[in-house]
Amino acid sequence: MRLEPKLAPSLAVTLLFPLAAIATTLVLTSMLVLVAGASPLSVFYLVAKGAAGSQFALMETLTRATPLIFTGLAIAVAFRAKLWNIGAEAQLYIGGVVTVVLGTGTLPLPSVVLIPVIMVAVMAAGALLLLGPAVLKTRFGVDEVVTTLLLNFIVLLFVSMLLEGVLKDPMGLGWPQSQKVIAEAQLPRLIQGKRLHYGFAIALVSAVLVWVVMKRTVLGYEMRAVGHNPEGARFVGILVNRTLMKTALLSGGLAALAGFSEVSGLKGNLTLDLSPGYGYTGIVVAMLAILNPLGVIASAIFVAGIFVGADAMSRAAKVPSYIADVMVATSLLSMVVAILLARFRIRWR
Amino acid sequence: MLPFMGEVGNLAGGDNPSPEATTLSLDGKESLPTSPLPVTAVSSKPALRLSGISKRFGPLRANEAISFELKRGEIIALLGENGAGKTTLMNILFGHYVADEGTVEAFGKPLPPGDPRAALDAGIGMVHQHFTLADNMTVQENIALGTQSLWRMRLDRAAARRRIEQLSADFGLAVEPAATVSTLSVGERQRVEILKALYREARLLILDEPTAVLTPAETDALFRTLKLLVAKGLSIIFISHKLHEVMSVSDRVLVLRSGRLVGERETGSTDRKELAALMVGQEVKPAEVNPVKRGAPLLALERVSTTPYNGAGLDQVSLTLTAGEITGLAGVAGNGQAGLAALIAGIRRPTTGSISIAGREVADWSPRAALAHGVARIPEDRHAIGSIGDMSVTENVIGERYRSPRFSRMGFLNWRAARGFAEKLITDYEVKCPSPEARMRLLSGGNMQKLILGRALDPDPTVILASQPTRGLDVGAVAYVHRMLLEARDRGAAILLISEDLEEVLALSDRVIVMSKGRLSTPSSRGERSIRQLGELMAGHDGERGDHAA
Amino acid sequence: MDALEILFTASFWVAAIRIASPLIFATMGELICERAGVLNLGIEGIMTAGAFAGWFTVYSGGDLWAGVLVAAIVGAMFGLLHATLTVPLGLSQHVVGIGITLLATSLTYFTYRLALPEVTSPPKIEPFQPLPIPGLSSLPVIGEALFSQTPLTYLAFVSVAAVAWILYRTPIGLAVRAVGENPSAVEAQGISVTGIRTGAVAIGSALMAVGGAFLTTSAFNSFFFQMINGRGWICIALVVFGSWRPGKALIGAILFAAFDAFQVRLQQISGGIVPYQVFLMMPYALSILALILVARRATYPKALMIPYQKGER
Repeated sequence: MRLEPKLAPSLAVTLLFPLAAIATTLVLTSMLVLVAGASPLSVFYLVAKGAAGSQFALMETLTRATPLIFTGLAIAVAFRAKLWNIGAEAQLYIGGVVTVVLGTGTLPLPSVVLIPVIMVAVMAAGALLLLGPAVLKTRFGVDEVVTTLLLNFIVLLFVSMLLEGVLKDPMGLGWPQSQKVIAEAQLPRLIQGKRLHYGFAIALVSAVLVWVVMKRTVLGYEMRAVGHNPEGARFVGILVNRTLMKTALLSGGLAALAGFSEVSGLKGNLTLDLSPGYGYTGIVVAMLAILNPLGVIASAIFVAGIFVGADAMSRAAKVPSYIADVMVATSLLSMVVAILLARFRIRWR
Repeated sequence: MLPFMGEVGNLAGGDNPSPEATTLSLDGKESLPTSPLPVTAVSSKPALRLSGISKRFGPLRANEAISFELKRGEIIALLGENGAGKTTLMNILFGHYVADEGTVEAFGKPLPPGDPRAALDAGIGMVHQHFTLADNMTVQENIALGTQSLWRMRLDRAAARRRIEQLSADFGLAVEPAATVSTLSVGERQRVEILKALYREARLLILDEPTAVLTPAETDALFRTLKLLVAKGLSIIFISHKLHEVMSVSDRVLVLRSGRLVGERETGSTDRKELAALMVGQEVKPAEVNPVKRGAPLLALERVSTTPYNGAGLDQVSLTLTAGEITGLAGVAGNGQAGLAALIAGIRRPTTGSISIAGREVADWSPRAALAHGVARIPEDRHAIGSIGDMSVTENVIGERYRSPRFSRMGFLNWRAARGFAEKLITDYEVKCPSPEARMRLLSGGNMQKLILGRALDPDPTVILASQPTRGLDVGAVAYVHRMLLEARDRGAAILLISEDLEEVLALSDRVIVMSKGRLSTPSSRGERSIRQLGELMAGHDGERGDHAA
Repeated sequence: MDALEILFTASFWVAAIRIASPLIFATMGELICERAGVLNLGIEGIMTAGAFAGWFTVYSGGDLWAGVLVAAIVGAMFGLLHATLTVPLGLSQHVVGIGITLLATSLTYFTYRLALPEVTSPPKIEPFQPLPIPGLSSLPVIGEALFSQTPLTYLAFVSVAAVAWILYRTPIGLAVRAVGENPSAVEAQGISVTGIRTGAVAIGSALMAVGGAFLTTSAFNSFFFQMINGRGWICIALVVFGSWRPGKALIGAILFAAFDAFQVRLQQISGGIVPYQVFLMMPYALSILALILVARRATYPKALMIPYQKGER
């Protein structure tokens, strides 16, 4: 069996393959639904209805998509330069920690000043957290996959330590949670009376900005060149290690914004269940978007829809809501295969 | 089972050395033809018969209706330019590729397509251009790999070792079975490759460009081994593009051009001129060279040493490149040419010594520094280093100057200017590509090289490093590259041409230097040293390079 | 009790060897994959699936050994999926590995919830009991630490010997080592690169799953979510630490486990001055530290993470 590159993948094929991947995912997961003794059609209908069947459902989906846009962007940026940041989860929590540290009354500033200050600090913290593995990679040759993964566990324990120690809410009835951030540090609701908050708007703006960086700037050019061929990039005078550092800073910063957005816009305080794995799901979001920053918006909403819809569905049908996680993982694998098939032709002899 | 396979028996096992092998000695004057292999020598069936082999890769016709026969005990040379289809043909023969049309017969039996195992079992052994050895394992392990059933619970090491020692002695292929491959010299590795084939009872040996990495002395030793092998009944296909080697080693020559078999000659009844004409397809006309007009020294290396890079490192190298002159660097691969190219390109720094441009020392040497000082670079490996395959033509051509005001401002790229530049290069250099947005990897080697050349030459560089600039290109593209280099020279650029193709070096260079073991010879001007003298220099002063078999 | 005294108690070493056992299985599994040139980041998920499969088989009335076998089969299936995507198709081993981890984990949780919809505290099974080896188990300290363990622990040690024997003493081991170094060497000798790599990933994944099953059938007696808790990632670090050699990786696993057992005991005698989380962080931090120490002189299998296409060289 051989893979031969296709000369020019047609536009139709390019648009078709994400759809084919989703179709494959539905077929595969419907088998699980059958095993669970339910009808795939009705289950998928319930998922779709739960995700987008009402204004409430739609708002819920967009709210859930917000952190996924941030982590998806973080991964998309890093993977473009082939910096394997699997530590978005840790960066997200560090973002939450900084938000709480600065947002619980430490800085008595008006909202228009306080929120930008917090955002800058949050991004700096996330950036520094990823800078460590990036330096270890470039200086010592330590694989960043393992270091970022292990850091996820370390940071979560660190957060747990803070929540049972210095950041513990004295009024929290002993639960490991922080105080609520002050009103000035809260992101306002996007629509009065709904849960959707300004974090979503910030996420959209971030996606556009990241797109501009990747497509239009020297930095984006350098990142893509380093990702595709570091030796070739070095040859034309790109400073490969420095580019990886910049990538790490950008990626870590973006992932940390997810933590800020969740605390400041939605939860109000920091707990140990701030993220149900948004950092890992961000990988799926980024891959479904083929690492395109604008595509991340769509794929984050899609993935969020699956989770929100599956929650609703599992209350109605007797299919565990973990079906959503299975769908998301399956769609990741189908997507990478679909991208391959769009670019290459398989010749069996 | 074929009659002659009877006694060899278990091909996969290989732990029972054939009894004949043990009776032979290398003291071969008296009765060399005593075959170690029980070949029923009078059999009239050819060792190999190819009938109508065709293979296409997309639009490229790599092989077109190729048919030939190889007799037992014969050495045929497969001669052709780079890209003529020699390697593709051998890959089909060995089962790495499947031919679109045609059949292969080995020793009278059809060979199933696409099955290396079947080729091995039929007695075909292949010595690849790039050695297929696992560096982390010993010689013995590499040779034994795949010769015993994979499901045996224990590797029979003692038997393997005995047999390897026997074969080494029989064929004069000295190598230590317990040595780790990573510690071996190139010549020794090649001997391991040949031993691998012999260990598997190969009766037909294919050698793909076997001399590319050898010194002249090692080459001579190899040729003696080959003669010994055919004397003992093996048949050999020798693939090369070097005419003098073909003339000295083969019985018969097959010439391939653009995927077709264009000529077949008995070696005794042809000459180099005829073969060259067949190979190239027209009278070979050497590039016309204007008289040299030397200018000021532009780049100077002063006693520079470096760490090893794809071969030897530089050892106290001093070199001056002068305006208006092409300096040719010849040498056997791995003697430091790659290191010198990497140094001048800026991707390696000197550990000691200094680099000066136009008389001024440059302390912080890097790709950016090289570019800023007007050094144009044409790298040896256009796929891995010279281009970024998954980026577009436009993105590739701005590579070296994406930070210049022409292509970017305030950190934002000017894609319109970049695209314009790409279009200009495509027109000026007659590059065949669908659009500037096409991914670089889809271009042919020649078109890719033209773009790299255009990118390097556009800013009117004062110093040009051309490392293996024509490797793997077809004749037309080679002539084009030569013309561009000569034009740049006449405009006053100082050019360093590094090439393994001695004829190319001699044709273009105003001055020839030979590199051996990381050191440079004294330069000789055009026509001053003969090929023979250069060959001696290439072998290094002591000639042998630790080659005990020589 | 003095911190150092801990090191001389038999119970400490018993715990260390017990903690090491699942790591040994999974490290050997990852080592086989990487020796063949495939980084298997599915390890965390495959261990989760193995832990569940082993436990669930026993819970459903199966024999303990049947549980181990089922776990191995489940692991091999995920390994085959991983190999199909990364070997002939040559997809990114990073992305596919993470995908396999997500898939295996989510399928496990899904199946658990499907099988036990209303359960809040996971049901218990009767796990493997210690099987003292007559004679040897009465040796001081060592007898208790090494020879009074459960059968699965013994199997873990046997697996190291088996992996070492196969890699260095058998024809197929030769092929595995060669395929991770230079696949074209293997193809030139008529062996299928795809076949060797696929086989290695499947077998390696089976071992990882047995490592997971150790947790539910030997160390503990039930399955709960997140029970693998990064052990898979630690095993990847252990493979690097062991320079891709079974013996060294075994030593690494035991050292690591000893440290882990030590920090638990240190935690008990520290009297709560230092937050317990600091102790829990130590194993992960230690893994990173170990990587930093060895990474510079590590000699990776040269073809690790590089897909191979037939006829390419």
